[in-house]
Amino acid sequence: MTSSAAVAPGLVSARDVSKTFGSRKALNGVSVEVAAGEMVALIGPSGSGKSTLLRSITGLQSIDGGAGQIDVFGVCVQKNGRTTSATRAARQKLGMIFQQFNLVGRLSLFSNVMLGALGRLPGWRGLVGAWPADDKARAMAALHRVGVSDYAAQRANTLSGGQQQRGAIARALVQGARAILADEPVASLDPVSARKVMEILVELNQRDGMGVIVTLHQVDYAIRYCERVIALKAGKIVYDGPSTGLDTKQLIDIYGPEFEDAFWEAKV
Amino acid sequence: MTQVPAPGAVVATPVPAAPAKSAASWGLDALVWGGIAVLLIYSIGDVDLGNLSLLVTNAENTRNFAADLLQPDFTNWRQFVGQMWLTIQIALWGTFLAVFLAVPLGLAAARNIAPVWVVTPVRWIMNLLRSIPDLVMALLFIVAVGLGPLAGVLAITLNTAGVLAKLFSEAVESIDKGPVEGVRATGGSGLHEIVWGVIPQVAPLWTSFALYRFESNSRSATVLGLIGAGGIGQVLFDSMNAFDFSAVSAIVIIVVVAVTLIDMLSQAMRKRLL
Repeated sequence: MTSSAAVAPGLVSARDVSKTFGSRKALNGVSVEVAAGEMVALIGPSGSGKSTLLRSITGLQSIDGGAGQIDVFGVCVQKNGRTTSATRAARQKLGMIFQQFNLVGRLSLFSNVMLGALGRLPGWRGLVGAWPADDKARAMAALHRVGVSDYAAQRANTLSGGQQQRGAIARALVQGARAILADEPVASLDPVSARKVMEILVELNQRDGMGVIVTLHQVDYAIRYCERVIALKAGKIVYDGPSTGLDTKQLIDIYGPEFEDAFWEAKV
Repeated sequence: MTQVPAPGAVVATPVPAAPAKSAASWGLDALVWGGIAVLLIYSIGDVDLGNLSLLVTNAENTRNFAADLLQPDFTNWRQFVGQMWLTIQIALWGTFLAVFLAVPLGLAAARNIAPVWVVTPVRWIMNLLRSIPDLVMALLFIVAVGLGPLAGVLAITLNTAGVLAKLFSEAVESIDKGPVEGVRATGGSGLHEIVWGVIPQVAPLWTSFALYRFESNSRSATVLGLIGAGGIGQVLFDSMNAFDFSAVSAIVIIVVVAVTLIDMLSQAMRKRLL
């Protein structure tokens, strides 16, 4: 790390990012800065571009060419509509959590968590699954921390959604990620598992200082668990500020006809 | 651009009529079926369909042949079983080598893994391998490596590689891309994505395909023997030429039993996999 006079680079710095699918603009000139240890919720109605923004940050998808640029921890990962050579290294620092967990179903939960070590192991070790002993210990510690170490030997596809999602978080921990990007992490879960997953994310943010950016369809979850909320509507940022600053009128503006469905458990 | 009605607006258009079959479509149907009928009638003479009556008039020959067939002669059973085993070994090695070729070819021919400039030429190679019958392949290899089982092994290898590569690539194209993205998001390389994201998803299907091909290859290997590529087929051909139909009968029984056993074994294994 350079110790120049400038402030430490933030988690994400996105400037004028656009993404077009066919004729639809999923992101339309979005600029956003997130500091290293922040916990931010991305909210908005379906198709507002929140998942697209998250997937662009981790380079799973390229952005439109032009002025748009995305930096992760001070390293440029997308420029001129292309991911850069630094994208793969940057992904290691970002643990990605998906709505559908994206574990490999036929592998054991433990093997899935070990995959988090792929980015930093020399080629052949990662290819044959010769995990170093301290990485194995790290994987078990991560599984234990999120409360699913009892299921380590089970095939991932035999586990419940909540157990799989916690496994996915453990994978991000083994990765040594400095931040977690979670794309609708609770949308496929029952309320009890959903709260547990959100509480783990909050704990990682507060105790370990990991940055968390989480897209949520449920406004009540965003307000309860995150200090800062960024709302997207039709590919543009329409609100960026403390979660306490959102009132019903603004939410109706953001969600339109979907407003009634934007709360999972209770209205604010 | 179509005009999108406001939410809740009632669209007042008449209900469209049910689709009718056009005259052109009727004409096309008549052309296709009529063409097939004409071809069939035209080909009657060329395929000697008139000789069907020989089945009845030559019944005496058939009866003698059948009488021998009904008295299988197992005197040389040691040789028959030994050659059957050789045939199975040909199929085993042929399939094994084919899997080795089919794995990289199958991955390179999957649109969701490889870029189009790789997929297209690889598919050409696969089509070529599949379109040459293994019988023709074996004739070529007999010229190259001489009469014997190796020619059979190589013929089966190339033909099966083409078939398996196609099946493998179709399995790869139908995978769930989620786990692959999961591996990519950890910072894994492209090879990591294939080894950890793709292979675990297709492994049961690939194994099942390979076993199935082993089944049918043990049948093809028998036929390959007829043209001199070693194994039970060769013994069958020799006995046939010597008019030793009792031996032919014994050999056929051994082939049927062996192939059925392999079928049952591989089916049981495939059931466990899926």
